[in-house]
Order: sequence, then C-alpha cells, then structure tokens
Amino acid sequence: MEFLVATAIGALTATGIYLTLRGQTFPVIVGLAFLTYAVNLFLFVTGRLAIDKPPIISPDAAAYTDPLPQALVLTAIVISFGMTALIVVLALRAFLETGDDTVAAPSLVEAPPEGESPGAERP
Amino acid sequence: MNHWIIVPIVLPALTAAFLVLALRHDLLRQRLVSIASTVALLAVAIGLVVLADDGTTRPYAVGDWPAPFGIILVLDRLSAMMLALTAALGLVVSIYASGGWDTRGRHFHALFQFQLMGIGGAFLTGDVFNLFVFFEVMLIASYGLMLHGGGGRRLRAGFQYVAINLIGSTLFLFAVGLIYAVTGTLNMADLAVKVAQVGEGDAALLSAGIFMLLLVFALKAALVPLHWWLPTAYGAASPPVAALFAIMTKVGAYAIIRVHYMMFGDAAAAAAPWIVGAALVSMAIGALGALATRRLGDLAAFAVVWSMGSLLVAIGMFDPGAMAAALYYAAHSTVAGAALFLIADAIAQRRAGHGDALVLASPPTQSTPLSAAFFLAAIAMCGLPPLSGFVGKLLILDATRGPLAVWIWGFILATSLVTIIAFARAGSLLFWKSEAVAVAGAAGNASSPTPIPALRRTALPLLALLLLPAALSGFAGPAARYFDAAAAQIADVQGYVDAVLGAGDKAR
Repeated sequence: MEFLVATAIGALTATGIYLTLRGQTFPVIVGLAFLTYAVNLFLFVTGRLAIDKPPIISPDAAAYTDPLPQALVLTAIVISFGMTALIVVLALRAFLETGDDTVAAPSLVEAPPEGESPGAERP
Repeated sequence: MNHWIIVPIVLPALTAAFLVLALRHDLLRQRLVSIASTVALLAVAIGLVVLADDGTTRPYAVGDWPAPFGIILVLDRLSAMMLALTAALGLVVSIYASGGWDTRGRHFHALFQFQLMGIGGAFLTGDVFNLFVFFEVMLIASYGLMLHGGGGRRLRAGFQYVAINLIGSTLFLFAVGLIYAVTGTLNMADLAVKVAQVGEGDAALLSAGIFMLLLVFALKAALVPLHWWLPTAYGAASPPVAALFAIMTKVGAYAIIRVHYMMFGDAAAAAAPWIVGAALVSMAIGALGALATRRLGDLAAFAVVWSMGSLLVAIGMFDPGAMAAALYYAAHSTVAGAALFLIADAIAQRRAGHGDALVLASPPTQSTPLSAAFFLAAIAMCGLPPLSGFVGKLLILDATRGPLAVWIWGFILATSLVTIIAFARAGSLLFWKSEAVAVAGAAGNASSPTPIPALRRTALPLLALLLLPAALSGFAGPAARYFDAAAAQIADVQGYVDAVLGAGDKAR
C-alpha cells in the first residue's frame, strides 16, 4: 500500500515537472494539473495511511484516522481547480490575441512603447 | 479579545463584495467607496500600530476556538507595521489609479480590495495553512490585476506569472504536508514548540519541508535564482498595479521572518547562509539588470530585485540588530519602489510616441516637476542621503557582523554605485540630453501642440509617496525605536508562544 501510493505520487510529480518544462501553454497546463493531483494525494497521506477507520467521533470506533489532512485536501482541490480554470482561459485569450501559444516571455527589449494615455480615454 | 484585529481582513472583503454587487456599473462611486474604505483601513492599521506598540502579542481566536485547534490571527509590532505599510501604499495607489487607469478594464477596485484583504490576512495569520490560503487570495486577486488593461504582451506575461505562482503554491502544499506529517500541527506557536521535539529519524524530513518552504517564500520575495518572473510581470503590469505589487515581495520576506526565523528557529539556521548568499547575488543581478535595461519600468523592476537583495541580506543574518535594520529597510524600499513605478508611468504618459523607452527624444512635457520627482525617488531608492534609503542602508551595514561582513559591505556598496549609475544615466537621458533634441527639433519644424495630461491628478499620490521616505528619514529616531522594539519582540519567541497558546487556556 505504502509502495503503491508513494510511486503514484512520484510518477505524477515527475510527469508534472516534465510537462511544465515544455514550451507550449497546453502541456504546461496539463503539467500543472498533474502536479496538483500529486500534491493532493500527498497531503492526503500526511495523516498516515489507515483503512476502515472513521475521521469523526463515533461511539463504536476503536481508532480514528486524522481528519485534518482531508480538510486540507478539500481546500487544496478547490483552489487548484479554480486556478486551472483561470489559466486555461488565460492561455486561450493569449493565444487568440497573439496567435501564438509559446510560453516564452514577450521580449522586454523589443516591446513597443506603450502609447497609452489614460487621460485621453477618460469620458 | 480585541475585535479590531480582524478588521483589516473583513473591511476590504466587504468593500470588494459591495463594489462587485452594488456598484458594478458606476465607476465614480466605485472610486469613492474604494478610496474611503482604504482610508478607513489606514486609520484602523495606524490604530493597531499604536495598540501593538505596548509590546503585547495579541492573539485573536476566530470563532473562539482555542489556539492549536482553531484558526488564529496574531497582532504584534511586526504585523501591525506591515499592515500600516500596506494600507498607506494601497491608499496612494487607489488614488493614482482613479486618475484614469481604472477605466482600462472592469472591476479594478474590487480586485484591488481583494488583494488588500489577502495581504492583510497573510500579515495577521498565525497558522501556516492559513498563510497558504491568504497567499492564494492575494495571488488570485493579483492575477486579475496583473491582466488589468489587457493586450497581448500583458496576457503572455500574465500566463508566465500565473504558471510560476501555481508551481509555487504546489510546492507550498508539499512543504506544509511534510511539516504536518512530521510535527502534527500547523499552528505557528504550536510549531515553535513541536519543532524542538522532533525525533532524530524525522529531522531530515523536517529540514526538507523547511527548505521547500524557503523556496516558496524566496519565489515570492524574488530572490535569485527565483527572480526571473519579476521584471517580466512588473514590466508588463499596468503601473499602479506594479506599484501595489511592491508590497507583495515584502510578503515573502515577512513570511521568511515569521516562519523561518521565529517558528523554526534553530532548525532553520542551516538555511541562513543560503539566504545571505542568494541575496548577495540578487543585489548583483538587480544592479546589473538596472544598468542593462532599456525601459524605465524595467529599471524600476530591477531596482526592486536589487532592494530585495539588500533586505534579505539583513534578514538572513538571523540577528535582532540586523532584523531592526531589515524592517526599516522593508518599509523604505516598498515606498521607494512604488514611487518609481508611478513616476515611470507619469513620464511615459508625457512622452508622445516613446513611452518609457530609454531612447533619446524630446523631453516629457512638464519636465521640471517630473524630473524633480524622478531624481528624488532615485535618490531614495539608491540610498543617497538625505532620504530613507541612506538611513536604511547605514543601519544594515552597521548591523553586519561576522565572517561574511567583508562580502556584505562590498556587495552593498558596489551594487549601490552601479544602481546610482543606472539611475543617473536614465535621468540624464530623459531630462537633460533630451533638451538638445528639443531645441534642434524646434528649429527644424514648427512645434505641434500635443494634449498634455493634467499633472494635478497624479501629483497628490506622487507627492505622498515622496514624502514618506523623507518622513522615514526625518523621524528615523522614533521609527528606529519602533523597529528595534519590533525586532526584540520577534526574537522573543517564547513570549509569542505563551501569548498564543496561553490565550486558549484563559478563554476556556
């Protein structure tokens, strides 16, 4: 059981790291998703692996499993799910506006001067 | 329990919700509500500074659950001072943004308030997992603000910013999980007790967790080699947002003080040489980057990297004297960095066709007040007398002891010189050499009238940002007394633990 969980976390992390180092936005996003799966699984087992034990107080339970990691995992899942949705939309917008889905930084040197003047647009 | 402690989190949260729900189409009222709320936040924060100055560590048990079990907020001199700094900066930025930048996209003020809420929560919380949650609140709002205004360049830079911070958050969770698995607690005061009792077999796991946490905070604090996102992100963000982000790097530095220096104590001592070493390299890279950059906004961004290096050198010494210097320098560099971003924007708006690119062109309109503001901010940033950068740097140099002192003195003084050169070159190119171009241009053809944006709307926040370093320098005595007391309170970990864990017993 320990071996299975540990290798699963390791494989997920390795895949995640490999994919986040790619140059296109889509593999990076999938890689981030893999990393968050890995960390969710990891958080879950920080309370030690236990089978058939309740995480809440029950009159006929002899032993308990740690409930706190489960609460942490729920928080982590919610945040990472929302963030994945955001970065997908962001990548799509960037692709539609620039016609390019590489992750490389927009060059700082060649950036056109921003001809933006908020004063002019004010109603 | 003093309920004012939770106000810096609740007030921006309520304001943000109100702005989204009730005023989403009324920009004028949005501005009024947002600025009024930030004024109130500043008043509360100053009240908390006065309250915390009696030296008591005040825990606030949210939901009245006792300390190691419930969520806890803690107010001491350090968190009160950081809150006041955040509120002051937030007020200046919200007034500046109301001068026109908030018309570029929707919900600027709501996102802004959410960001203030996240930063305030990160400074107040007494729980490591809660620190993660407030980091996320702060980051989610910052993603929105970073993209404010849109445009291809901002979206591309935004993707990088979001991706690097998501990786940082994942690492944060791994570290938090490891620390929980070893110690069985995430409450900071409880951690300070339990870390000392960790058995031999788990010591390696604990230090792995400590170093991973350090990586996360160093990423936020833009410590080399984790600083590459900063110039890209800050250079692409709209200038008021970049100015607000000047406090976000300090959140990373604050977390290193709170978690590594206070909670882990001796267990984190192995991290100290890494922090100092990386901070020295940060100073070198920041200064060289400032010299190499070709846009004023990027110059300000690299100056921020450089000042974070100076700050983390002082923090990495893990010594009360150096900590007092670090706190003074943190307050100074936040204000100076923000002032630079706003001035870069004010200059860019007044140079038709060239923006903030460092190329020879006719001088910006209204160049006299602008050049005065630019040079004052540059003097503050570089650490020349009489402004606060000089005092801060002096305090750090004075607090430097030990075998590394030669290196620290050398790096601080040498990179200061390089930064001075970078700013002097940028300033003379923008304001002095450009006079010759203007004369030549005027002789060649008739000057075409261009619309001049009013300086009035930007003058007030700029003036406030420039007065703050002067005030920090003029009142360096009282300020240093407060920071010394704050550093002494930080060093008194036992007092913190007693205050937080003891409060639980009293409440029962």
